[in-house]
Amino acid sequence: MSVTLYVPRDAVALGLGANKVARALFAGAERRGLDVTIVRTGSRGLFWLEPMVEVGTPEGRVAYGPVKVSDVDALLDASLTTGGEHALRLGDPEKIPFLARQQRLTFHRCGVVDPVSVADYRAHGGYRGLEAALKLDAEGIVAAVRDSGLRGRGGAGFPAGIKWNTVMLAKGEQKYVVCNADEGDSGTFADRMMMEGDPFNLIEGMTIAAVATGATRGYIYLRSEYPQAFATLKEAIANGIQAGVLGDDILGSGKTFHLEVRLGAGAYICGEETSLLESLEGKRGIVRAKPPIPALKGFLGKPTLVNNVMTFTAVPWILEHGAKAYADYGMGRSLGTLPIQLAGNIKHGGLIELAFGVTLREVIEDYGGGTRSGRPVRAVQVGGPLGAYFPDHLLDTPLDYEAMAAQKGLVGHGGIVVFDDTVDMAAQARFAFEFCATESCGKCTPCRIGATRGVETMDKVIAGIRPETNLKLIEDLCEVMTDGSLCAMGGLTPMPVMSAITHFPEDFRRAGDLPVAAE
Amino acid sequence: MARHEPWSAERASGIIAEHTHLEGATLPILHALQATFGYVDGGAVPLIADALNLSRAEVHGCITFYHDFRAHPAGRHEVKLCRAEACQAMGSDKIHREILGRLGCDWHETTADGSATVEPVYCLGLCANGPAALIDGEPVAHLTADSLDEALAETKRETRQ
Repeated sequence: MSVTLYVPRDAVALGLGANKVARALFAGAERRGLDVTIVRTGSRGLFWLEPMVEVGTPEGRVAYGPVKVSDVDALLDASLTTGGEHALRLGDPEKIPFLARQQRLTFHRCGVVDPVSVADYRAHGGYRGLEAALKLDAEGIVAAVRDSGLRGRGGAGFPAGIKWNTVMLAKGEQKYVVCNADEGDSGTFADRMMMEGDPFNLIEGMTIAAVATGATRGYIYLRSEYPQAFATLKEAIANGIQAGVLGDDILGSGKTFHLEVRLGAGAYICGEETSLLESLEGKRGIVRAKPPIPALKGFLGKPTLVNNVMTFTAVPWILEHGAKAYADYGMGRSLGTLPIQLAGNIKHGGLIELAFGVTLREVIEDYGGGTRSGRPVRAVQVGGPLGAYFPDHLLDTPLDYEAMAAQKGLVGHGGIVVFDDTVDMAAQARFAFEFCATESCGKCTPCRIGATRGVETMDKVIAGIRPETNLKLIEDLCEVMTDGSLCAMGGLTPMPVMSAITHFPEDFRRAGDLPVAAE
Repeated sequence: MARHEPWSAERASGIIAEHTHLEGATLPILHALQATFGYVDGGAVPLIADALNLSRAEVHGCITFYHDFRAHPAGRHEVKLCRAEACQAMGSDKIHREILGRLGCDWHETTADGSATVEPVYCLGLCANGPAALIDGEPVAHLTADSLDEALAETKRETRQ
C-alpha cells in the first residue's frame, strides 16, 4: 500500500529547501523499493520547524522537522514511512504545544490539505459555509456576518457586516467583490500562508460575499512579491471552475461568480483600498478621496465590496457554525480570532491564531520562546510599518483593537516584529519616514513632502545637530501628517516615529545640543 | 529563468491584443511584456495607449509609478532583497552591505558581468525566517552573503542545463 508523505510548498518551506527535500524523499524511497505518494501541502505555520514533513500512518499523521536533504537517508532508514523513531520526529503535529494551544478557526485546514484540490477541501469540511449560505437569503447572510462581530482584518477594523450591507443595498447592474491581498506590512504573512495553503477557503469566502451582495464578478488583487501564492491561486481557481464551485452555476445553485487573480506591481500604497481599485482599473495607484465610498462607487464606479484575505476567510466558518459561535471568542468589541504573525528576531516564529485578548508578552514569551539571537527583547513593532514600537513595560497590553489604540498603537493586520537590544530606535524612526517617502502615492502634501522632511530632520537628530529643537519640529510635523494626510500611509507614519521617540528617548539624545554654527 | 526575447513591436502588439478584453488591462499587459522581454520598452507605450484608448501620458505614468516595471533590460538573474523591519531585526542592513560589496553594485543596479540585478523589496512574507530574498522568484530564507552566493551559483547552473 502506498504511503502518503506531506511536504509543504509554502514559500517559507521552499526558502528552506523543501523542493530538494521532496525530490530526495522520492528518490530515496524509490531506491528502497518503498511505494510513496508525495502531496505538496501548505504550511501549518510552525516556521522554525520547516521544512516539516508529515507521514500518513494508520494512527494519524506523524511529523518530522526541520528536515534537511542530508537528513533524508537517515530518516528513511529509520522507517520514516511508518512513523519510526528519529531525532527529528515531532510526533502528532497537532499535539505540538505551539499548535495545540491555538484556536484555529480560519487556519484549521492550512498545512493539512492539498491546496489545489477541491475534493480534498470538501473532504475537510470545505464548502459547508457556502452550502449554509445558499439556504439563506442575502439579508440572512449579511446578518450572520454582522452578528459574528467580524471586523475588517486588513487593519482598519471596520465592521464587516456594515460594509456587506451597504453593498447589498446598493443599486447597480454589476457589482464586484474584491479581495485585498496586497499584504505589504512587514511582519505579516497570514494572507500568503492562507493563499498558498488553503486558497479555497478564500474562494469560498468571496463566493459567499458575492451571493450576499449580488456581485457576479470578483478579483483577488495580489502583490507581486508572492509568486508562489499567485501560481497556487491560479491553479485553484482553474480547478474550482472545473469542479463547478466557480462560474455560472456555483454548487448547482444557478448563481454566478467569476473570479480572477490580478498581480500588483510592487507598490505598498495599493494595499489602501481606493488606491488598490485604481490599480485594478489599470491606473497609477493614487488614493481616492472619500466619499464616495467603494461600497457605492468602487471598481469602475460600480458598487464594490473590498475586504482583506483574513476577513473573507473567516466567513465560511461563521456561516457553517453560526455567528454566535464565532462571537463567543474574543473580548469587548474585538470578537472572534486573530491570526497573529510572530516575526523578526524570534526563536519560534510563525502563525498563531487565537481569540482576541492575548497579551503581547504571552505571544512573544510563551509561544515565541524569546529572541532568536538569545538577547533580551527591547522593542516590538505591532501592526506593520505604520504600527507603534512597544517597549517592555507595555508588553502586557492585550491584542484588542481598543486596548492597542489606548496605548497609541494598532493591531493592524496582526503582525508582531520583535527586536533585541541591539536595535537603534533612531534608525527605525528614520526608516519609517524613508519608507513613507518611497511608497507615498504623492497625492497629498503632508505625506509626500512630510516624509522627506522627516528623513532630513531625523538625520540631523541622529547627527546630534540641535536634537531638542529638531525633535520638536518632528513632533510638529507628525501632528500635521496625522491630521492632514488623505489616507493611513501619511496618517499613520507618525505612529512608529512618535512611539520610538516617546518610549526610547535615550536613542535620540546621544549628543547634546551643538552650537547653531555646526548646522 | 528563461532567456528573454529581444524587443519586437510586432510580438508586443500580439501580447497586448491577447489582453485587451480584460477589465483594467494595463497592469496585466505590462506584466506580460516584462515577462517576455525582461523590461517594458518605450516603444510599447504608444501600442498600449492605442489598444486601450488611453493617452501616452497615462501609460507612461502607470509604468513609472510601479516599482516592478523597468525601462531597460536587467541582468540575467533578478535578486530581490527584503529591506523591511522584520528582516532588519535579523541584521539585514549589514548583510545587504556585504552583498552589494561583493557584487560590486548598488541598489537597482546590475553587476559588471551582467549576471544579476539587485532590487530592494519591502517584505516577502518570510518574516519569521529573515533575512529573506527572492532569486528569480524563488524564495531564500535565513539569508547570508555566503548563502546568496551559493543560491546564485545554483541558479546559474540550472539555467545552463
